[in-house]
Amino acid sequence: MAPNAAIVGRCHRRPERILSTLLAVTDLRVTLQTSRGAADALRGVSFSMRRGDTVGLIGESGCGKSITALALMGLLPEGARVSGSIRFDGQELTTLDEDAMCALRGARIGMVFQEPMTALNPLHTIGRQIAEPLRLHKSLSAAAARAEALRLLERVQLPQAAKRLDAYPHQMSGGQRQRVVIAIALACGPDLLIADEPTTALDVTIQREVLDLIAELVAEDGMGLLLISHDLGVMAETVQRMLVMYGGSVVESGPTDIVFRHLAHPYTRGLFAARPRLGLARGTRLATIPGRVPELADLPLGCPFAERCAWVVDDCRRELPAPQPVAPGHDARCIRLAAVAAAMP
Amino acid sequence: MSQVALLQVEDLVKHYRLPRERLLGPAPLVRALEGVSFGLDRGRSLGVVGESGSGKSTLARLVMALEPPSAGQVRLHGQDLHALAPAALRSARDKLQMVFQDPYGSLDPRRSILQTVAEPLRMLHGTPPAEQRERAASVLDAVGLRSTDLAKYPHEFSGGQRQRIAIARALITRPKLIVADEPVSALDVSVQAQVLNLMQDLQDQFGLSYLFISHDLAVVDLVCDEVIVLYQGRIVERGTPDTLFRQAAHPYTRALMQAVPQLRPGAARVRRRAAPAVAQPATAEGCAFASRCAWAQERCTREQPLLRTLTTGHAAACHRAETVATMTQNEVQT
Repeated sequence: MAPNAAIVGRCHRRPERILSTLLAVTDLRVTLQTSRGAADALRGVSFSMRRGDTVGLIGESGCGKSITALALMGLLPEGARVSGSIRFDGQELTTLDEDAMCALRGARIGMVFQEPMTALNPLHTIGRQIAEPLRLHKSLSAAAARAEALRLLERVQLPQAAKRLDAYPHQMSGGQRQRVVIAIALACGPDLLIADEPTTALDVTIQREVLDLIAELVAEDGMGLLLISHDLGVMAETVQRMLVMYGGSVVESGPTDIVFRHLAHPYTRGLFAARPRLGLARGTRLATIPGRVPELADLPLGCPFAERCAWVVDDCRRELPAPQPVAPGHDARCIRLAAVAAAMP
Repeated sequence: MSQVALLQVEDLVKHYRLPRERLLGPAPLVRALEGVSFGLDRGRSLGVVGESGSGKSTLARLVMALEPPSAGQVRLHGQDLHALAPAALRSARDKLQMVFQDPYGSLDPRRSILQTVAEPLRMLHGTPPAEQRERAASVLDAVGLRSTDLAKYPHEFSGGQRQRIAIARALITRPKLIVADEPVSALDVSVQAQVLNLMQDLQDQFGLSYLFISHDLAVVDLVCDEVIVLYQGRIVERGTPDTLFRQAAHPYTRALMQAVPQLRPGAARVRRRAAPAVAQPATAEGCAFASRCAWAQERCTREQPLLRTLTTGHAAACHRAETVATMTQNEVQT
């Protein structure tokens, strides 16, 4: 594919653009074809972020957080129907053709996935894999791309970077591989970094190193970070704003510290209580959320959490609750907010 | 510790030989376990924590007698598993079962739940089909599933339910010891809580002992009576969760604890500069952790610290354990 000069040109950042809206997702709906019929994987997701913002998507498997990331990258499975709008730096992505999307992906939108071993090609040296987006999107010569790959490896603080250029993925540890994946994601100086569970496959000490590294790189480059995780602790430490997803919709969103202070939505509260934490007495019973995550193929008409909720009333089952304001910039899709707030968190 | 512990592990060593790097050079050796000893009594839980490569899973495989140790013993009820004849080992397997991390990979997708859960009975005893079904139904009941689920297949169940099925399969031989290798780390938070509660209930009900391997300190704190911390194949600290997590005496234990993300957004986070990835040191002598340790002194690079008792039931392998143990968490971070 021919490299796009206009895109390459935009890779260097101009300071006056830092505060402009980078990504605006409006009423995004995705329907997937499954063996059990059409499944509403996303039911009206809206959020926006500016350059330099760090936003977290949190939820359990099947809540739609990874589908949101795939939709942003134009990587939804065959047969998916998308409605609503994704505007990235003013450009509508939902109607973009595959060639144009290819030019964005890896160049202006960088991605870090959960499992670094499957994200890397075992047959190619890491130097070649880091050089690939540079050759493709920036049409650098082989020598220039190799030099840039070395600089990137040093930037992600891999020891003995020069020696590692010719190493293969299997010769590295999980944490080192994830640093390589981050180097690839950063190669073209993206405006938005999407990290889908980047540390779930890593040890807790390595997780800390990788999160610190991502936070530092994001702050240095002023790019936007969309972090996807199921870990409340990771969210608390890494992002300014979080969106709690359940059953294909954002059930609570707001600044991270305020969300943690209020725990406005019953699901957020349930997640918080179910988490084992250091210092609980031996044999303490954890608070559980009864029932299970609903199948996307048979989501109920009303609030997707109604079946498992302690505060449920008949009205909850009638329609998907609209977002209700809790505090400035903080809202939750729940019609029982007052009752939930009255109960001790 | 009582007269004969249910499980007694003595000086367990496991080395793996890697392929030669050069034609005439020596084959490199991976020292997965370097002399690990502990005991576990009936009805108790022992937690094993450490990073990948610390030897946790090797320990699990040796305790399950899935492979032989390079040296040392694993005794169940006083019987050395690795010295048993194959037939005797088979019958001893009744008493020990394992639950794995990934409930998607550990169940055969083409076998019904009945076939999966009853398999240990069929393999170990040739139990007649009617009795197999009866016992499978009763263990499914114990883990909160229905006997009508016996005819179903794994794809019909969620991750949490699959882990319940894996636990039911472990319970069916009425084991004394269950080795659980990261049993809840692949599960969602709300489901994780259900499975942890279930495991604790089953322990009370059947008097089970757990060897509970996890990287999640909070889970180990909740479930275990005693914890050992492994680093590069050695126990660097052991104690009750209370002492271990409140007065951690080994710098590695401290490092593990500090790495756990905290739920106090903004305020608590001490943002350090991202640290470079460490290459594993190939130390022959001295403390294996010295290169990562903020307390390391000259002595630490010279002399291997031995596991020594600090207070009753609390031991650490660190020359400076007393100093480390008295530090508060805040002093450590600055």
